Amino acid sequence: MDDAVAVAPGPGRPVQPEGQVPLLEAVGIVKRYGDFTANDNINLQIWPTEVHALLGENGAGKSTLVKMIYGLLQPTAGEFKWQGEPIVLTGPASARARGIGMVFQHFSLFEQLTVAENVALGLDTAPLAGIDERVAEVSRAYGLPLDPKREVWRLSVGERQRIEIVRCLLQNPKLLILDEPTSVLTPQEVEQLFRTLRVLRTEGRAILYISHKLDEVRALCDTATILRGGKVVGTCDPRAESSQSIARMMVGTDIGEVRSDGSKKLGAPRLVVRDLSLMPDDPHGIRLEGISFEVPAGEVLGLAGVAGNGQDELFAALSGEVRSDRADMITIDGRAAGRLTITDRRRIGVAFVPEERLGHATAPRFKLSDNTLISGHVAGSMVRGGFIDRGQMVAFVDHITKSYDVRKGKPDPEAASLSGGNLQKYVVGREILREPKLLIISQPTWGVDAGAAAAIRQAIIDLASRGAAVLVMSQDLDELYEICDRLVVICAGRLSAPRVTRHADRGEIGMLMAGVGIKGKEDAHAARA
Amino acid sequence: MELVEAILLTVITASTPLLLAASGELVVERAGVLNLGIEGMMIIGAACGFAAAFTTGSVFIGALCGIAAGAALAGVFAALTLGLAANQVASGLALTILGVGLSGLIGTSYIGQKIVGAAHLHIPYLSDLPFVGKMVFGQDAFVYVSVALIAAIWYFLYRTRPGLVLRSVGDNHASAHALGYPVLKIRTLAVLFGGACAGLGGAYLPLAYTPFWVSGMTAGRGWIALALVVFASWMPWRLLIGAYLFGGITILQLHAQATGLGIPSQLMSSLPYLATVIVLVVISWMRGKAGSPAPASLGLAFVPDR
Repeated sequence: MDDAVAVAPGPGRPVQPEGQVPLLEAVGIVKRYGDFTANDNINLQIWPTEVHALLGENGAGKSTLVKMIYGLLQPTAGEFKWQGEPIVLTGPASARARGIGMVFQHFSLFEQLTVAENVALGLDTAPLAGIDERVAEVSRAYGLPLDPKREVWRLSVGERQRIEIVRCLLQNPKLLILDEPTSVLTPQEVEQLFRTLRVLRTEGRAILYISHKLDEVRALCDTATILRGGKVVGTCDPRAESSQSIARMMVGTDIGEVRSDGSKKLGAPRLVVRDLSLMPDDPHGIRLEGISFEVPAGEVLGLAGVAGNGQDELFAALSGEVRSDRADMITIDGRAAGRLTITDRRRIGVAFVPEERLGHATAPRFKLSDNTLISGHVAGSMVRGGFIDRGQMVAFVDHITKSYDVRKGKPDPEAASLSGGNLQKYVVGREILREPKLLIISQPTWGVDAGAAAAIRQAIIDLASRGAAVLVMSQDLDELYEICDRLVVICAGRLSAPRVTRHADRGEIGMLMAGVGIKGKEDAHAARA
Repeated sequence: MELVEAILLTVITASTPLLLAASGELVVERAGVLNLGIEGMMIIGAACGFAAAFTTGSVFIGALCGIAAGAALAGVFAALTLGLAANQVASGLALTILGVGLSGLIGTSYIGQKIVGAAHLHIPYLSDLPFVGKMVFGQDAFVYVSVALIAAIWYFLYRTRPGLVLRSVGDNHASAHALGYPVLKIRTLAVLFGGACAGLGGAYLPLAYTPFWVSGMTAGRGWIALALVVFASWMPWRLLIGAYLFGGITILQLHAQATGLGIPSQLMSSLPYLATVIVLVVISWMRGKAGSPAPASLGLAFVPDR
């Protein structure tokens, strides 16, 4: 392909004196799985003191490439050069020995072990004694506060990431790889992280920064290499490009902008939550305290918040997986619904899309047609007199497939065999095609590529414009700003007052996400009175 | 006084096979593998141990053969569940059935035979101390090994790096793999160790507890050992307490029967098993709100990507 250009020194590259060699160079790296080529002839150079972005959609081959750089996978062809010398990385230990450290996207932490034990596991030779002091020392030096003796399950997501970073820094790496590090952080935590990364760069370390958040890449990175379909499609200075031009390289086409038709007519409240308080079953769960809000017909209400602040508990309370103490805590279309079962709530026109696609929204080993029954059994003609009608189920799968462009190998594959984006389109289609009056949707586009994400967001807006009420829970603030009419923020089980999205200041939302400015229970009462 | 001493002495011998088998299983489960084949590994250890001891006349060689037989059966379990990623529960149950069957076959020619059981320690003066003498300084070697094993396992798990790595594999095998630890190799070693311990625990029965062979002589002790690991919430020292508690119940019901309480003997003999069920229910009820201390990857198959 002629668009697979070789890497040429870009204008934004930091100083590259004559005669110097790159810190790490990938030369013609190929990774094949059977017929499928995950990485096709990748060439890449990372220089010392460079923050190098690796951009691309899901499935573009970013993870495969960095796993090879970290020694977790072996390339089918091609070679890596470390400071000009060809190297073979037989495993993470050999990568670490060269000075390559990695912070994983899904943290590779051990919940039941302490911070210090987690750090010790990432170091190959460190003795167990004295690790507490070393952790304390590094966390002080880089402004990453951590208590070495605490168990990981007690920590917030931001603190967990600090463990990973401290673990890497204790090995004094020359190259630090970060895989989507900001996806779970508040804006303030992101700034803190960026400050730390800039300090690391001034110390002469290189950083390989994997992301799909273009604004961050433009704020932080010196060079960006863009992958598409397993190939390098371009290298640029992200500060010299616009987000749109980089996005075009990532996707290959322009992404349609999501917008409503502008004719917003808000109706009567479809969902009213009044003073919902709930103790969690799970000891690590969050207690909901005095949650109150309304979603009128025609509105998309966004719920922002850092993961683990009560979103899961609120979703369970709204869906009926956990029954409320009093029926009038949740009112759906004028009906007290707090004590209704999931099925009864579906009968009065509510649809749910939980965060977890596999295992919650779908049964992984069931075919798509069988999965239609999970929510479809309450209405329609799929079940008659206790017998299921396979024809109807298969027809519904076809309907979803056509309406939502679900790409699958077989007509009726197992749910687990679909890619994340296609499965999400299937789940969203399954729920929206039932024309619910109220849709509760959590992380609608988590891990979904840009094209599919735009389609899903458009479907949500269209549903609202047909008179439904929609509650969107998301950790992606950009997404909430794009599709929501109003925003509320949840922190530690408490909800902020709603803000109209157009007038909501991002800094303020970020402060609310960090718990600054959310009123206690008493104030919430006063505010409502 | 003499009766109490006699009871306590028998409690120790009744607890030792449970403790041996359970310590091995504790390590296995800490590595994230659920081996339900303990009963099978114990009884194959008992049969092979007795056969070897009878043939050679050496209890020591018998114990070694018991260990080897338990480890060999555990090797089959490892090949199935780790090598082929087969279901751990089903494989474990199958190996219990296999072990019981094989032990019957091995043991046929030894039914009714007797050996001289394991010798008891005798230190002049110390062993003759009143009350504690025999209990502390007059046991057979298995008893000392079982207690030393608990101490060694505790030290290994909490004070050494390989022990930390083993716990990390049980907590989150995907992360351990991502950090470059050989998950399957560590688990295989843990399973082999567990099988060896179960084999030794089984061999204790015909070599020291009752020095003859009866088919099916483990009588469900493997299952109690499994329950003990849960009872101990995967902590080595609690395992020691638990094992002696259950050994105590086994012996007390024997003595209660001897004193002629008007309770059917069948009911009395079921006490240890009943106690197992009750303790497990109480533990899970008490933990309801506090979360499980079980290793998070327990029982899950791991297949590394290549």
